[in-house]
Amino acid sequence: MKSAVRGLRGLALILGMAAALLAAPGSALADAADDILARFATDRFADTEKAIADLAGSGLPSASAILEALAANKLLFDPQERKIYIGAEGAPLIDAKTGAKADAADAAAMKRVRTNNAVRTALQAAQGALGLTSPDPVKRRSAAEAVYKARDPAQRAGVEAALAAEKDPQIRDIFSQARAAMIALDAQAPDAQKLEAIDVIRARASRDTISLLSAVANANKDRVKAAAEEASAALQARQALWSHVQNIWYGLSLGSVLLLAAIGLAITFGVMGVINMAHGEMVMIGAYTTFVTQEWIRTHNPALLDYSLLFAVPLAFLVTGAVGVAVERSIIRFLYGRPLETLLATFGLSLILQQAVRTIFGANNREVSAPAFMSGSFEWGGLAITSGRMWIIVFALLVFTALQLLLRATPFGLRMRAVTQNRRMASAMGIDTNRVDALAFGLGSGIAGVAGVALSQIDNVSPNLGQSYIIDSFMVVVFGGVGNLWGTLVAGLTLGVANKFLEPFAGAVLGKIALLVFIILFIQKRPRGLFALKGRSVEA
Amino acid sequence: MARAGPPFLDTRGIIFLAILIAAAVLVPVMALAMPPGSFFHMPVYLVALFGKYLCFALLALALDLVWGYCGVLSLGHGAFFALGGYAMGMYLMRQIGSRGVYGNPDLPDFMVFLNWKELPWTWWGFSSFPYAMMMVLLLPGVLAFAFGWFAFRSRVTGVYLSIITQAMTYALLLAFFRNDMGFGGNNGLTDFKDILGFSVQAGSTRAALFSLSALMLAGSYLIARAITVSKFGKVLIAIRDAESRTRFIGYRVETYKLAVFVVSAMMAGAAGALYVPQVGIINPGEFSTTNSIEAVIWVAVGGRGTLVGAALGAVVVNFAKTWFTGVLPEFWLFALGLIFILVTLFLPKGIVGTMSQWTSRERRRAGGAPAAAE
Amino acid sequence: MVTNAENPSLTSSLLYLDGVSVSFDGYKALRGLSLVLAPGEMRAIIGPNGAGKTTMMDIITGKTRPDEGEVLFAGATDLTRLDEVAIAELGIGRKFQKPTVFESHTVGDNLLLALKAPRSAMATLFGRPPADQQERIDRILETTRLKDLRAKPAADLSHGQKQWLEIGMLLAQDPRLLLVDEPVAGMTDAETAQTAVLLREIAKDHSVVVVEHDMGFIRELGVKVTVLHEGAVLAEGPLDVVSADPRVIEVYLGR
Repeated sequence: MKSAVRGLRGLALILGMAAALLAAPGSALADAADDILARFATDRFADTEKAIADLAGSGLPSASAILEALAANKLLFDPQERKIYIGAEGAPLIDAKTGAKADAADAAAMKRVRTNNAVRTALQAAQGALGLTSPDPVKRRSAAEAVYKARDPAQRAGVEAALAAEKDPQIRDIFSQARAAMIALDAQAPDAQKLEAIDVIRARASRDTISLLSAVANANKDRVKAAAEEASAALQARQALWSHVQNIWYGLSLGSVLLLAAIGLAITFGVMGVINMAHGEMVMIGAYTTFVTQEWIRTHNPALLDYSLLFAVPLAFLVTGAVGVAVERSIIRFLYGRPLETLLATFGLSLILQQAVRTIFGANNREVSAPAFMSGSFEWGGLAITSGRMWIIVFALLVFTALQLLLRATPFGLRMRAVTQNRRMASAMGIDTNRVDALAFGLGSGIAGVAGVALSQIDNVSPNLGQSYIIDSFMVVVFGGVGNLWGTLVAGLTLGVANKFLEPFAGAVLGKIALLVFIILFIQKRPRGLFALKGRSVEA
Repeated sequence: MARAGPPFLDTRGIIFLAILIAAAVLVPVMALAMPPGSFFHMPVYLVALFGKYLCFALLALALDLVWGYCGVLSLGHGAFFALGGYAMGMYLMRQIGSRGVYGNPDLPDFMVFLNWKELPWTWWGFSSFPYAMMMVLLLPGVLAFAFGWFAFRSRVTGVYLSIITQAMTYALLLAFFRNDMGFGGNNGLTDFKDILGFSVQAGSTRAALFSLSALMLAGSYLIARAITVSKFGKVLIAIRDAESRTRFIGYRVETYKLAVFVVSAMMAGAAGALYVPQVGIINPGEFSTTNSIEAVIWVAVGGRGTLVGAALGAVVVNFAKTWFTGVLPEFWLFALGLIFILVTLFLPKGIVGTMSQWTSRERRRAGGAPAAAE
Repeated sequence: MVTNAENPSLTSSLLYLDGVSVSFDGYKALRGLSLVLAPGEMRAIIGPNGAGKTTMMDIITGKTRPDEGEVLFAGATDLTRLDEVAIAELGIGRKFQKPTVFESHTVGDNLLLALKAPRSAMATLFGRPPADQQERIDRILETTRLKDLRAKPAADLSHGQKQWLEIGMLLAQDPRLLLVDEPVAGMTDAETAQTAVLLREIAKDHSVVVVEHDMGFIRELGVKVTVLHEGAVLAEGPLDVVSADPRVIEVYLGR
């Protein structure tokens, strides 16, 4: 009985609102509004509750702002004048009805409109109902979602009215699903209607749909129960599938980070055979270049702040590329053919670079903010996707493609491949091998710097940033097969996905250990990696 | 037999052993018998500091055996060192008994804190000193054997080997950071009370540990020297110079590498075990990959393939570290980084190697017989 | 296998290769190579670059596994199943194209390491050197004309001396079969002539396979010649006959 009464009230609300929307705002309306608003000032819960319902139906433009203020405990009333205001401590008061600043009002005389559970329930219903007929489709949509989740039978009439008026097919679907949810849970509804409702509901794959269906299954018998259980099982299977897809997505996201970190190393170590232990520090310098770029833009041209990463990418490439060329000319070129010595010297270099950055920027983490297009998240099917992660995957693939193009389709790439395959022959053909060495090392370092721009978005920008990537990067390059960029791509993504699939069983740390052990064993089985180059030249 | 190769002990080795034995005797005397005001008195903190240097020297000696002679650049010796240290640390933890903060007679404090009810199986036997000492050698030895068995048979060499030894160390670092491994997690093992019934804080214990470290280093030097002057040692050098040639001559390269890798890992373990009671703590930080590479640079500074040089390099670099961290802490990493770069570029033979090159050149110029090659 | 037993060239041969093929990433280094070497024979192998000479050596010594074909030693042992060390123990010694000696060891120690003796780690660590060790080393030093250089590090030797040292190391192993890859590459004429004398001396009591480009050197050896081309045997016989073969001329001089 009670729910029926509430249902009726909901219907009245909707109808009232519809009427209000049709009526032109005039003095009569304004007077009625004053009466409704005055009831908030009686300091009695029952009046407040009534006022909420009436306000929702009043068509007053400020209605939703008032309800919001009430929900946030910011609605104040003046007991003398029986007028209400919106305000918070420290902020000027606003006349609730007009939305104008109320300078004349005396904040000290105000009292807060109090709420209790009944008031809050009414408030939610009213806010939902207001949203259902909002002219803004985004608000309607989120209101419809809220109604679906609440499944309050009181709102059924409202939902039905809104459904009848709705034009947008997607929002219509949500309304009909919300209605179906109410029917399915309604003990009085005939079985045929319930079965129909279950069919409508199952179109929605979400966790709360499964709990809804199991509630329906528990409350019913025979055909309805069976149908609900079947629908729930089907949804669960789908859910499991989606969670796998989600895992793959997380894995690809991690893999793209690994790929970014490793891809510069694939050039210096994989193609040139130079083992650069300071590779991680190149990444770190790239991240700090991002930080400096962003700070400069923040102080000199804040309008461009959202585009700071676009400036940081080429800058980081140039800065770390230049560092790379300098390092090659001053240290590495004396150590070609002595990989173990190169390892030691570049490790020493990594210590110096870390300490230099620590001396200049301090040991603490530096904040690099994310641009608007990289923050937030969205859903795609059953997949939750954070924009930042998505852009990093895109970016990793872009960098990979650009590098492949550079190596395959430019004169420099040709020269570089010539030098790495047969140095003496290349030199005899007039290629300046010293120059190619320096530029190739600069290229690998530059790409590491570009990776640093991306990593500054997901990791702490600190002097130790590089250390955490160096071992992973080597693992990726070696696993993929030295000298093979495609191998690096496959290895990075595979290790990322494998890591995410191991995590649920083993936990993050053990999963990582398991992968390290796997790679250690793998390298021993296939010392030349996944996609090994075979032949005499490699053996020599 | 005029050409039997280098003598078992050359001048350099004799000086080295003499210094070690003299230190093993004199340092305890200076620390314990001399009155505090005396010029010859050595404060306890210095004894512990020098003892620490000797442990590092032993680690460097072990590393030189595999890298200097056999060409295997292990970035995992820090892990063997730490494993030996943990084995000793576990014994010392068991010695605390009920004197811990929680007073639990059966469990170390950190287990009580984690609300564990019984000792994990990994801790079985560690209250016995002989068992713990066996583990000091066995844990690194078995790990080195298992790792080397796979790595050397599948002919993983050069930088690849270095990288996977580093990955092994890193995996152990991650593992030992975990609380549920049962080795104290982040904090490691500390608050030791006594060793074989002697307080670890006492000056006499410190002096004894120092002497023991010196003697252990001397003993390990003798073992390493015996290995390197034998034909076995010649095979090791042959592997370093031309691995595949050695194989075509008919030597099982992997067996040789495995043998020397295991012996070296055990020496590193012993070094770790002596290190822990002298510094009073062992934590997962000892597994950090930087430690292993630092040990490599000690060997490079002193001169790889010279044994004495490795020990010398460890002492020199660590002395510099102590000095820098006292005077210019900001600059220590700059200095260490520069040492790495300058030694590889300009002093590839290290201190001892360069010195013996000079002396043999001098001797040749003087018209004497060609120097016995090291 | 049954037919093999009836094959006289197999049972009487020291080295028997039949139909050996191997390819690297689609490149066929050997295609159906067959070769029979009698005990005590010295054979010269010539062929242009890429003919598969070094790959053949790699297969005999176990460095590379063939995709198909038989490789038998002394008529019985299947070499494709053994690794380098086991093959070396059987008595097959190899000299590389590029001289590889142990640079930091003395000449004497290089020979000592190569000398036929137990190779196990235990034996080298704890074993006593055999009594005739020095004599054997002296004899080899004599043969290879390196006597005065005994105490010198191998790194200090000239290119030719390194080649001889390597041949000396082969002799020290006392193998049944010597594989010698380009022994005179980079040598002076005088050194080349001396090397030919040395190899002929060795061939008196060893089987030898010599791979070489230098026709003058081959002529001095005066043995049967096998010409390889594109991974298979093109011609076989005395040098004069082979070098008159129009196919061989075509391969060497081009069309």
